[in-house]
Amino acid sequence: MEPAALARFVFGRIAKAALVVLAIVVLNFVLIRLAPGDPASVIAGQSGAADPQFMEQLRRQFGLDRPLPEQLWIYVSRIVMLDLGVSHRQQRAVVDLLAERLPATLLLTGAAFVFAISMGILLGTLAARRVGTLADTLITILALACYATPLFWVGLMLVLLFSVLLDWLPAFGMTSVGANLTGFAVIVDIGRHLVLPALTLGLFYLAIYARLTRASMLEVADQDFVKTARAKGVPEGRILRAHVLRNALLPVITFAGIQAGQLIGGSILVETVFAWPGIGRLAFDALLARDYNLLLGVFFCTSVMVVAFNIVTDLLYALIDPRIEVAS
Amino acid sequence: MRDFARRFARNVGAVFGLVLLLAVLALALLAPVLFPVDPWQMAGVPFAPPLEDGFLLGTDSLGRDVAAGIAHGAHISLLVGLVSTVAAIAIGVTLGAVAGYAGGRIDDAIMRFTEFFQTIPSFVFAIVLVAIFTPSISSIIAAIAIVSWPPVTRVVRGEFLSLRSREFVQAAIVLGQSTPRIIFGQILPNALSPIIVLGSLMVASAILLESALSFLGLGDPNVMSWGFMIGAGRSVIRLAWWMSVFPGVAIFLTVLALNLVGEGLSDALNPRLARRRG
Repeated sequence: MEPAALARFVFGRIAKAALVVLAIVVLNFVLIRLAPGDPASVIAGQSGAADPQFMEQLRRQFGLDRPLPEQLWIYVSRIVMLDLGVSHRQQRAVVDLLAERLPATLLLTGAAFVFAISMGILLGTLAARRVGTLADTLITILALACYATPLFWVGLMLVLLFSVLLDWLPAFGMTSVGANLTGFAVIVDIGRHLVLPALTLGLFYLAIYARLTRASMLEVADQDFVKTARAKGVPEGRILRAHVLRNALLPVITFAGIQAGQLIGGSILVETVFAWPGIGRLAFDALLARDYNLLLGVFFCTSVMVVAFNIVTDLLYALIDPRIEVAS
Repeated sequence: MRDFARRFARNVGAVFGLVLLLAVLALALLAPVLFPVDPWQMAGVPFAPPLEDGFLLGTDSLGRDVAAGIAHGAHISLLVGLVSTVAAIAIGVTLGAVAGYAGGRIDDAIMRFTEFFQTIPSFVFAIVLVAIFTPSISSIIAAIAIVSWPPVTRVVRGEFLSLRSREFVQAAIVLGQSTPRIIFGQILPNALSPIIVLGSLMVASAILLESALSFLGLGDPNVMSWGFMIGAGRSVIRLAWWMSVFPGVAIFLTVLALNLVGEGLSDALNPRLARRRG
């Protein structure tokens, strides 16, 4: 791809993404206005019982006494400056809270994603190679079961099995409390805490990727160029790797890229179950405390991450597959 | 119709799913008869294990009957799943039909709108909606409907785009039928089968979504639900595994049944596709 075309493509995608983010900010604003009761009490995270003087101050600060368009303008310009307001429950800026928790969430979702996509492609390939055999049926049943199981319940059952009954892995948190570990031992400790949450979050997506890979491989295996390769006498293993799998993976990767953002939504449940100190757990705490400003901050942050993921996927896809028209 | 029933019956998984679904439905309907005591009422000693003290599935931390909770929870799961799906389909069909039939700028605008709603992480959005509008049956149903309509719009738009130029539609236009009549009387009946299949799968995901919301404490505080029961059992899992295991099994079986029925419907409505897949 030519650098100029690439630059235009990237710029176009970022401009579109900026519009989407702006729309999300407006949606946040609308949600605060639509909430029953005084918008100031939504921002304060308290209903009714707040100090009237404090509420008056908030109203002035957010311009709630001015006409609606002006309020929207004030709100949007605040967020553009990355000012997501203050969590009045925790007495800290929402941006700081999010920044502090983000690495843990990225570690969890990243690990779950890698697990899901690698195992999904592996199992899907296996099933497609042995259509109709016991292995295929077992993988299909596993995928069906993963589809039907609530994420948080899988987490609890894994805790029950591996922590309570077998006592192999820790059930809660990200690090061992009071262990005073250093160096390599810290990484091992975090890794041990990561296994169950990442497994829980990854299982559902593993099922999706396995089914997608299977369907996509079966479709490609039927095409003429595969028959040609076979007629030429290319070894079966090479046909599978170089001809079928390579072409079959494109739709899987596209879909995985879109889904990667949705993983963050699932992480709210998983982080709640495993007390993992990420933004999902932050969202749960905000729910318990009725801290709506913090909750909207989490919503905004996750939406922006999804948009960013989508840009990266589009870009990767355009780079991997030369047939994709960048201009369009 | 009989042809359809025969094709459906040939699919073992789908029939199994249908039987399972009918069993859950019967449980929901018979709950007041089988367990006449309010599921919120204390029925025995706290933390009674399954099969002891006369409780099939044990009791929870406040001595409430877990089996009664599951039976009464079936009602709310099915209700929320069904109503929110009907609402989502109503939104999705309207937007998709208008976009596919009108085309041009209207189509463009509607699809941008749909894309936007597909970009927002749906689970976080549902949480925010329910939290801000205070948890209740109606806010939960509304939130689930609001986050689940976009796929319907896409499917319906696609069907309308391809059906719009067909001869029977052209004939209806020439005959001078009104636009709403063409949309609802001519095109929509021909686009029904993908909507039905999608609908059955959406009920399943709506039930999962409802259980996740009530697990996080966003359920209607007056109604016993499966997600709430698992949430309540979470902190005492070392002490009373049955509190969180059985409601989860109930969700699993219900959602599995719906998925199996959905796949069976899809195969029976598109026999050509099913044979190719086989």
